[in-house]
Amino acid sequence: MDHAAAATLPDAHPDHLDTSTGVDSRKLAFWTFIGSECLLFGTLIATYMVYKGASRVPPYPHDTVVNGQAYEGILDIPLTSLSTFILLMSSVAMVLALSAVQRGDRAWGRNWLIITAALGATFLGFQVYEFNHFYHAGLKLSTNLFGATFFTLTGFHGAHVTAGVIYLLTLALLVHRGRIGPEKSITVEIAGLYWHFVDVIWIVIFPLVYLIR
Amino acid sequence: MPIPVGLMPEPLHPVDTARMKQRATLGWAPLLALLATACGGGDRERYPMTVYDPKSDFARTLLDLQNLTLYLGIGVGLLVFGLIAYISLRFRHRPEQPDPDQVHGNTRLELAWTLFPAVILAIIAVPTVQTIFETQRKPPPNALTIDVVGWQWWFEFKYPVNGGRDTVRTANEVHIPTGQPIHFRMTGGDVIHNFWVPQMGGKRYLIPNHFNSIQFTTNEPGVYLGQCAEFCGESHALMKLRLIVHTPEGYARWIQNEARPAAEPLDSAILIGKQKVTQGACAGCHIIKGTQMVGRTGPDLTHFAQRRTLAAGILENNAHNLAAWVRNAPAVKPGSRMPAMPQLSEQDIGYIVAYLQTLE
Amino acid sequence: MSTTTHTIPAPAAAPGPAPSETGLWSWITTVDHKRIGIMYGVTAFLFFLIGGLQAVLIRTQLAVPENNFLGADVYNQMFTMHALTMIFLALMPLTSAFFNYIVPLQIGARDVAFPRLNALSYWIYLFGALFLISSWFLRLAPNVGWFAYANLTEPAYSQGVNVDFYVLGLQVLGLASIIASLNFIVTILNLRAPGMRLLRMPVFTWMALVTSVLIVTAMAIFTIAVTQLLFDRFFGTMFFDPSKGGDPVLWQHLFWMFGHPEVYILIVPMLGMVSDVIPTFSRKPLFGYNVVVFSGILIAWLGWGVWSHHQFAVGLGPIAESFFAVSTMLIAIPTGVKVFNFLATMWGGSIRFTTSMLFAVGFILMFTIGGISGVMHSAAPADLQQTDTYFVVAHLHYVFFGGTVLGLWAGMYYWFPKVSGRLLDERLGQIHFWGTMVGMNLTFFPMHFLGLYGMPRRIFTFSADLGFNGMNLLATVGAYLIAISTLVLTWNLVRSWKRGQLAGPNPWGAPTLEWSIPSPPPDYNFLEIPTVRSRMPLWEEDSSKQGGIPHGRAQEGMDTITLGGTRVAEMEFPDEPSLMDPSEAHADHIHLPPPSYWPIILGFGISLLFGALIFRHVTGPLHNLWYLSFVGFVTTLVGIFGFALEPGHDH
Repeated sequence: MDHAAAATLPDAHPDHLDTSTGVDSRKLAFWTFIGSECLLFGTLIATYMVYKGASRVPPYPHDTVVNGQAYEGILDIPLTSLSTFILLMSSVAMVLALSAVQRGDRAWGRNWLIITAALGATFLGFQVYEFNHFYHAGLKLSTNLFGATFFTLTGFHGAHVTAGVIYLLTLALLVHRGRIGPEKSITVEIAGLYWHFVDVIWIVIFPLVYLIR
Repeated sequence: MPIPVGLMPEPLHPVDTARMKQRATLGWAPLLALLATACGGGDRERYPMTVYDPKSDFARTLLDLQNLTLYLGIGVGLLVFGLIAYISLRFRHRPEQPDPDQVHGNTRLELAWTLFPAVILAIIAVPTVQTIFETQRKPPPNALTIDVVGWQWWFEFKYPVNGGRDTVRTANEVHIPTGQPIHFRMTGGDVIHNFWVPQMGGKRYLIPNHFNSIQFTTNEPGVYLGQCAEFCGESHALMKLRLIVHTPEGYARWIQNEARPAAEPLDSAILIGKQKVTQGACAGCHIIKGTQMVGRTGPDLTHFAQRRTLAAGILENNAHNLAAWVRNAPAVKPGSRMPAMPQLSEQDIGYIVAYLQTLE
Repeated sequence: MSTTTHTIPAPAAAPGPAPSETGLWSWITTVDHKRIGIMYGVTAFLFFLIGGLQAVLIRTQLAVPENNFLGADVYNQMFTMHALTMIFLALMPLTSAFFNYIVPLQIGARDVAFPRLNALSYWIYLFGALFLISSWFLRLAPNVGWFAYANLTEPAYSQGVNVDFYVLGLQVLGLASIIASLNFIVTILNLRAPGMRLLRMPVFTWMALVTSVLIVTAMAIFTIAVTQLLFDRFFGTMFFDPSKGGDPVLWQHLFWMFGHPEVYILIVPMLGMVSDVIPTFSRKPLFGYNVVVFSGILIAWLGWGVWSHHQFAVGLGPIAESFFAVSTMLIAIPTGVKVFNFLATMWGGSIRFTTSMLFAVGFILMFTIGGISGVMHSAAPADLQQTDTYFVVAHLHYVFFGGTVLGLWAGMYYWFPKVSGRLLDERLGQIHFWGTMVGMNLTFFPMHFLGLYGMPRRIFTFSADLGFNGMNLLATVGAYLIAISTLVLTWNLVRSWKRGQLAGPNPWGAPTLEWSIPSPPPDYNFLEIPTVRSRMPLWEEDSSKQGGIPHGRAQEGMDTITLGGTRVAEMEFPDEPSLMDPSEAHADHIHLPPPSYWPIILGFGISLLFGALIFRHVTGPLHNLWYLSFVGFVTTLVGIFGFALEPGHDH
């Protein structure tokens, strides 16, 4: 890179000026991104709700009687309650991670980030188990509307969690190497925003899919 | 058997005969037509599908509402255009002109032109909502209910007969009587289509798994053109229909004739044709009542010779066109679900056409 | 230099865009909002020409009844691609070009908030656009309409790759718009110069903000709808397949929840452009600035509650139809307010009819016609006759061509001097304007009658005996006239880029901040970030000093460009030292973000990830190329890390 301006201080950038709103630009961008994400998930959730009970063939999500024949619901509510709890706990770990980074505690900043990612990965493990179990019980994307809407909704969420786990582990590495200190804690704060958002979305999905019949 | 003259309405717009003269190709013709329209009359002769020639209560209601919005719109348009013309001439920059007054706004004026469109819209909104509810009432008990199903690319119409035990099916030609409320119950067979006969009223989609309806009453016998209005695939442009309005007596005769099984062949050539049809490829998709044919994916051919047109209203139903259609339907209608029949010899086709033409 | 009236010869030293680096690599790695704006503009304009060619082919097919020029399937591809090309590849990116170039200048910023994201959105757009348009050259283009109503798009009814191109191409293009819009939102909210309060921003910037908010929300819904269709086509789901319980009407709702805001995405920026153009050439401030801004916000907001007015024939039931009819009518109120505010701005002004101003006035006139037919549609029962006919084709072209395109041309003639340093030729401009106006009215006005006389939309042919012949021929003649006029514009752009008359910083005597700096602006835009004290800094702050609105940045040393005896522009030679002209010593202290090649890598990876999936439904040896999708995935991952961890960029 032989750009003339590049020869000067590399991290100098116009947005180092104070921003007009006083909010960091990256944070503002992230909030806007989350707004967009809300509509993404909103559309998936709306589709799920519109097609609730519209499946023409089993397996069905909950215990159902169709034409006099009883079908056992496929969802395992206690198991998913446990994984939901784990995901919620990861949000607590995230809060602790941010606070550690802000006060300059490199070791615990790194540790809490790893713990957050590990809890997220555990949640994913539950989801992989659940998907695998459903697959063997005869529920695929192409089986019925429940399969189509359930796998796209929870799978889309799972993809967000996966991205989040990679994101957090990367940050943990950066914190470990000292590249993210208190002065750059905004980077961790933004990751936290993302992580909490992904959790909150699950708090919406869980009752709608699992608890409400 | 032909329906007695007098009960059968004259087709006002024969498909192939006496093609309209070149008059409409002149560039200024539309402007004259605009004037004619603006003066309140539709030119049915020249524009057979115009909405300005309503022939049912439904179509008239819609046209009244449209005219209300049109006249108000023209008023607003003239106001804006007039103001622009005036401003452009009056406030043009002139050399050595001093800077204009730096006016930033005027709350009262702005309030005025917020209220102005609001009032106009209120004038439109009230009859709009009234008409919405008025045109979607439950059909009256004496209504004639006809099922409309859209297929790629033809319309199927189903009439209950014999007290509902039997069904008469026609394709691309729907027959109705004058004076009786008509209730079309509509659904899609494969993809979404849109049923539209402009002179009878507005459109409704034919959607798989959905049931829509329109209702209207007409008092004017005649043949009215319609067309699918929602894009439905390759030959969407070639999906037409005719709505044929009879007097009540004419309708009774028509439906009576339709309810009978197909005519039996009267000579041996026709009989050969019948065998070719009922034992050949046709039987896979078509039904002819009174024969062993029970196919359901194509149009019902029981009274095929009664129809004015074939291939969803794009060709006159004559021997030449029918032969071309049987020989290679996709060449007439791109993408047609009816395949080309290279296995048929010209002689076979001749027999088939001869038989089909007897199915009065 | 005295104030004289003569034709200015082209100077020996052309300023042109003179950034510090030239060459292909510098453009590939650039993160400068001005260069990205130019790249957006050039690319989108080329696609506009392709979209225009498609329109000409469509009109040629429909010139006479029962024509065989194109045939059914090619015609269906053509009208689908005409819409997709114009909306996604030409008009949205053209507005994006203006946002990119002009918005940071209008708010007194040195760049956008995230320069590399900006480059990323351009590259994704470019690759996505090339992917989509390639289908057209291969004659495998989407053939189901840009609205792509299910269940015609399901595998049972659309075999082959045509619809796959739609699904994958729009997935990629949608991502590009969302990224670009995120950037504009943050830029406008956060990078305003001191004193540039929200209600001091130029209306164009305001409308850029409103548009961007619409894009990040509406496009998200569409992304999911397209993903569901993708799953139906690739993974056997049945979201829109009625034979397995799915509902094709759900697609319509999701599509129009995006599609109607999309209409405003295409018109709101132009409402902003003319709000800047009209005051400049009327030499009067915008009448009722606050009302114009808030009505723009209101239009966008109400735009969320009207989507089903595209579905009055679907059978939603009388209550829903009444709701959507009335909500649609409500939109006419803020729209009407804007039109009257434009008229009031001109009233009492000193109007110079430059080409830019002519297009702005043409915009008001044509957009009004589109608005009136729009109100006619809102009367739901009457719309049952109008919907899916050429009446709607007329309506939407009065909005998109009469509104969006004329507005764009107003902006093009207005801001081209800022971008190139040179004026577009006014004489060619006048030819372009009158040719376009006559052409568009010849083309689209008869379509109102065609529709009401019973001609449905999207038909590749029509019978000779329905009375459609004359008006169709007229429309075709008009389309050719538009095409010729557009070629005049193209020639004007090409010719004026290097040989046009020099513009100087403020050729129009305009009031907003972008006109305070040289044309074209230096890399860093503003030597010092200005402090803003009013809505029209160059009028209100200077006028106190000079006792009048400036006719340009400097009262003395001006040359005047005349057209038909009227002064349309006044200019200053660029070798005159400008007040804002930087000295080298100063400029060295301004630090700009370094160029980066990660945007093009990441953009390529994302496009490959989706684009290679097209080979899934190709049979034969090419089928295996779909594994390139994994290469795209890996490239994307590498790209994200490279992008995020690149030194010299803080985010």
